[in-house]
Amino acid sequence: MESLTPGTSEFRVAINPEGSRQPASPPPIRRIPLEDPAPATEVLPPVGGDADLPQQGSGFTAAKRSIKAPQFSIRRMEIDNVSVHYGAKEAVKSVSLPVRQGEVLSLIGPSGCGKTTLLRSLNRLTELTSSATLTGRILLDDVDIAAIEPTLLRRRVTMVFQQPNPFPMSVFDNIAYVLREQGSRRARKKTLEPAVHSALDRAGLFEEVKDNLDHPALKLSGGQQQRLCIARALAAEPEVLLLDEPCSALDPKSTQVIEDLIVRLRDDVAVVIVTHNLQQAYRIADHVAFMYLGDLVEYNSATALFGSPREQRTREYVSGAFG
Amino acid sequence: MRDASAQDLPLTVPPVPPPEQHDPPGAHQRKGAVEGSATWSLSDRIGLAICWALGLLFCAIAVAIVVYLLVQGIKFLRPEMLWTPAAAGFSETETGGFSDALFGTLIVAAMGIAIALPIGVAIAVWLVEYGRPTALARVTESTIEAIAGIPSIVLALFGTVIFSSTALGFLSRSSEGVVFGRSFFAAATMLSLVALPLIVASVREGLNSIPRHVREASYAVGKTKAATTRRILLPTCRPQVATGAMLGLGRIIGDTAIIVVLLGATQNFAPVEGVGFPFNYLRGAGTTLTNFVYEASPTGNLNQPQKAYAAAFVLLLMVLALNAAVDIVHRRARKVGTWSH
Repeated sequence: MESLTPGTSEFRVAINPEGSRQPASPPPIRRIPLEDPAPATEVLPPVGGDADLPQQGSGFTAAKRSIKAPQFSIRRMEIDNVSVHYGAKEAVKSVSLPVRQGEVLSLIGPSGCGKTTLLRSLNRLTELTSSATLTGRILLDDVDIAAIEPTLLRRRVTMVFQQPNPFPMSVFDNIAYVLREQGSRRARKKTLEPAVHSALDRAGLFEEVKDNLDHPALKLSGGQQQRLCIARALAAEPEVLLLDEPCSALDPKSTQVIEDLIVRLRDDVAVVIVTHNLQQAYRIADHVAFMYLGDLVEYNSATALFGSPREQRTREYVSGAFG
Repeated sequence: MRDASAQDLPLTVPPVPPPEQHDPPGAHQRKGAVEGSATWSLSDRIGLAICWALGLLFCAIAVAIVVYLLVQGIKFLRPEMLWTPAAAGFSETETGGFSDALFGTLIVAAMGIAIALPIGVAIAVWLVEYGRPTALARVTESTIEAIAGIPSIVLALFGTVIFSSTALGFLSRSSEGVVFGRSFFAAATMLSLVALPLIVASVREGLNSIPRHVREASYAVGKTKAATTRRILLPTCRPQVATGAMLGLGRIIGDTAIIVVLLGATQNFAPVEGVGFPFNYLRGAGTTLTNFVYEASPTGNLNQPQKAYAAAFVLLLMVLALNAAVDIVHRRARKVGTWSH
């Protein structure tokens, strides 16, 4: 072995600097700092230039926001004082939020702080966990979703997951499955073709797969799989699209394609996206909700929340002090 | 090996100089250091050697069985044995073939798997996808494990009790209220119990290997649990369903005890008179290849070792074909791809 693993000779040298066994040429390993590093200095965003950039020293620096201000915004969903418990543990604590069409709403916050739970409660997927209980109301177009039959609700509020999860069938059948009635095989391929093509087109995938619609979906690349999942979610003609960290398993290139897609979709459906990636939230969201340990700490427009957070915890989180 | 010596030296020795200066030409063919057992302790090396030896031993045993049966089978198997029924006679040339046993095996296998497969798949789906109430699910699991552990002769004995009852007289030969209790129906039903645990286990494994988010993706576009199971989960588990069925078939084909007790183990079909085809055969007694091999072996009543080898050879071919089928199913499934977990 050419290089010794960490914890061998170099480590000894580090804890015993007076020792005579100084290696002739130090092996290429990371040195372990012995004293506390100097406190990280707050990085101020560049001043001037883009009006969208954060101004008030939130400690957050991000790429340029390329998206335009929303053309319109219609309130589609209303989260009203919602709490979700898993057994005795409260995962979401009295959260109230609006969800609007024409905008992208991003939920940010550290892991395990209730973002995904809140997202899943919007189409009643939390009910699949037997220990979960929900209090409060969620309205979809002023109707309590508890009063909507779950299968109907989930066609109006569809979801894309963290891991790309196309069904193990052809690209075409993945979309056709959504269009068909429950488990039925009715509605022939010919009849479904326009709807399938349109869904793939809206997800920006049609041009890439139009010649291989019969190929197994699981043989597509990760980014294509995720766009297929978005196409699948769009095929149901939903009013709200939920995205649970849709890019966390993808490479930067696919991520950008999907981000562009999400921004394009916001006029047709209300988009809610959970993300760990603050830069991503800043790039694509119009409104951002910061959740911490189940609480909704701050809800504001993306520029305001990243540029001049009202809450101390938000400022710390977006500057990278914890998370 | 230089990397081996570097490993053996104490930790404080300075690292060896870069290899480029010392390595003789040609040493760069293998990139990077590879862990070899040369650095292992003696006991580990002995353990590895024992594993190797045992692996080779079992390969040798399997090869010996197959080759021996192959040689004997080719020597004694005559094609006409496959379509000639067994007959009474004094020498091997006079006693015909074993067509009834061959068909008996096929009938029993088809019937047994036809009963076991739907039930096994249904149980597995219920256990994995529903499993409520939990207590009932646990009891079901233990019951199936218990069935898997019961010797088939015990199942056979239990079968005689059930199938000799007057209420089930229509499944076997019966005269004047006395139910014979031995028939293809009786044998196949009890043999399905032998195959059932294998099918349940295999399908459960398949269902459990599907990530939860795949099910949720189906629910999240408004599909019911039933639709998800039918269109997503079961098609995805097709390889495991097939594997379970093949393993179950193997067990059914190979079982002897239930055949002897519940099929009557006659040398020929014994159809019931006055019943329409095919129920006259299915209600009657019969035999299978395993039983034929047992009877024809030197310890059996027939004592025709040549035919025993021939029949055993056919049996072996059937089992090998099943194994190959499992392999093909899995290879085909790999082409469809799977999710990253």
